[in-house]
Amino acid sequence: MSVAESPKLPGSPRRAGNILFGATALLLCAWVLVPIYLLIVNTLSSPEAVTAFPKSFVPGWDFANLEFFAGFAGILKALKNSVLVAGVTMLLAILIGAPAGYALSRFDFPGKSAFRILILMTRAFPLPLLALPLAVMFIRTGLDDTILGLAIVHTTLALPFSVLITFSLFSGIPIELEEAAWTLGCTREQAFRKVVLPLILPGIAASAVFAFVISWNEVFAASVLTIENRTLTAFLLQSLDVSPMHLKFAGGFVLVVPALIFIFAVRKYLFAMWGIANR
Amino acid sequence: MAEIQIRNVAKTFGTYQALHSIDLTIADQEFMVLLGASGCGKTTLLRIIAGLETPSVGEVWIGGRRVDHLPPRERGIAMVFQNYAVFPHLTVFENVAFGLRMAKLDDRLVRERVERTAGLMHIEALLQRYSGQLSGGQRQRVAVARALAMEPDVILMDEPLSNLDALLRLEMRAELKGVLEASNTTTIYVTHDQVEAMSLADRISVMHQGRIVQAAEPVEVYRNPAAHFVGSFIGNPPMNFITARNQGDGKWQVAGQQFTGPSVASETLEFAIRPEDLSLAETGLQANVRVVEPLGAHILVTCDVEGSLFRAVIDSNSRVKAGDVLHIAPEPDRIRWFDPETTLAVA
Repeated sequence: MSVAESPKLPGSPRRAGNILFGATALLLCAWVLVPIYLLIVNTLSSPEAVTAFPKSFVPGWDFANLEFFAGFAGILKALKNSVLVAGVTMLLAILIGAPAGYALSRFDFPGKSAFRILILMTRAFPLPLLALPLAVMFIRTGLDDTILGLAIVHTTLALPFSVLITFSLFSGIPIELEEAAWTLGCTREQAFRKVVLPLILPGIAASAVFAFVISWNEVFAASVLTIENRTLTAFLLQSLDVSPMHLKFAGGFVLVVPALIFIFAVRKYLFAMWGIANR
Repeated sequence: MAEIQIRNVAKTFGTYQALHSIDLTIADQEFMVLLGASGCGKTTLLRIIAGLETPSVGEVWIGGRRVDHLPPRERGIAMVFQNYAVFPHLTVFENVAFGLRMAKLDDRLVRERVERTAGLMHIEALLQRYSGQLSGGQRQRVAVARALAMEPDVILMDEPLSNLDALLRLEMRAELKGVLEASNTTTIYVTHDQVEAMSLADRISVMHQGRIVQAAEPVEVYRNPAAHFVGSFIGNPPMNFITARNQGDGKWQVAGQQFTGPSVASETLEFAIRPEDLSLAETGLQANVRVVEPLGAHILVTCDVEGSLFRAVIDSNSRVKAGDVLHIAPEPDRIRWFDPETTLAVA
């Protein structure tokens, strides 16, 4: 209960537990942060420093790599495409996924469990298998090489997760809260807007981030279905394959940083704890 | 004015019949308790009145208006849920104000009403908190205040005290009774706790297997159970039952003793007596004592009367031990008789 009461023996289980806890936290942080740090160091070093040995662990503050990268023909356009596709994917995944999740958690209908399994089954199809017929179909309908076309494909990839995440979110909200709202004068729609929505917003944000990241990282469909309007992953795959090391680092940096910024921006929703604090 | 009439209401879930044609009238401003074991249909009946469940057949009338086709918000009811259902994303103030805001009352009026009901339920100091910062008892108060603030014709309560610890339950029970009496609303209160039912109700409806077995004042339910179930469910310890054989002319033989009972033709009846209506005597039912439990003011004696389990509550001065053979005499005007076929009371 209180720290003062516990005996201060060096080998006490409490202290051992604390050390283990600290070490685990440190290890997990290092697991995430060290690669990102190295990526940043190498991105911000001159080409010579990147290939030199022993490696430096402080950035050289040399922006030549990034400048070169920014000047690289098409890179900005690819970046823009990636953001757009991921953004549209995120919107579609939530707009389609959240109502499906709500229906799954609140209504009983025939074939409910089969439907849940089918949602997961969509992930069982390997994308390469689908890519060719999809490309043909997209060319026929004129969806090939467009933001929307690729976003639709990414949405199908992200949808199972957004349905299942929102399903568990809605299930975590007691139906009594909605019922209480109905007895207090709300229609079903008002109760949803005033009670359920504020409660699941953090979860929706998390599931949106997830959809965004799935789209942002997806490379196969992006490479097959776009030519002119390449996303960043597809563009980098194509152009960095044969580039020198320092440019690969810069490319990696450009891929990782926007996703980090995005998650940082919505972190308050990811960690929100109602009634305690919005940290 | 809000009299509630339930006319021939039944409810089936798939093949399971949860309610069998319920007919019940609850007078304006009456405090009606629906009492029964879990699964007896009491909550289903309450939810049908609230509009959270639709009856399979039958009608529900509130204040002279048929409401069974109306959504909950148009019924003039407020409900208190077992798990409180306090909105976690709103402050206590906004929780209590929720229904008033939905009714588009102006801000000044909302503030007035919230403060008044908060005063009634003693939660003025909590108005800026969130439900995560409240204890169970405080949440319960918020839930009741939220219902009261609506100034509804009817308040429906679904086991509102069952999640509180024993001491708090006692305190809230007395408080609820006072507040609800002052509020002039009709109250329907669901519980499985007979003590709660006894202490709160104007009338108790005892439910069993989807039917109302008896709807009467608490003392009546206790003294004159309408069926075997009511006698065995209400009262702690419950009523004692033993078979009586017809001797003709309204005479009945019970464990070798003769009692005067109803003049009916049937071969046997159930003889029933409450444990506190039994006393030690020179003559009476012969009982082999099994267990003796001193309860302070009384002694609870569990004994065997001709193969039937009997409990008697007797004076704590008596020196009864397990293994003793006693004679216990029932209070003649407290004896009740039940038909073993229909389980209903026989006068």
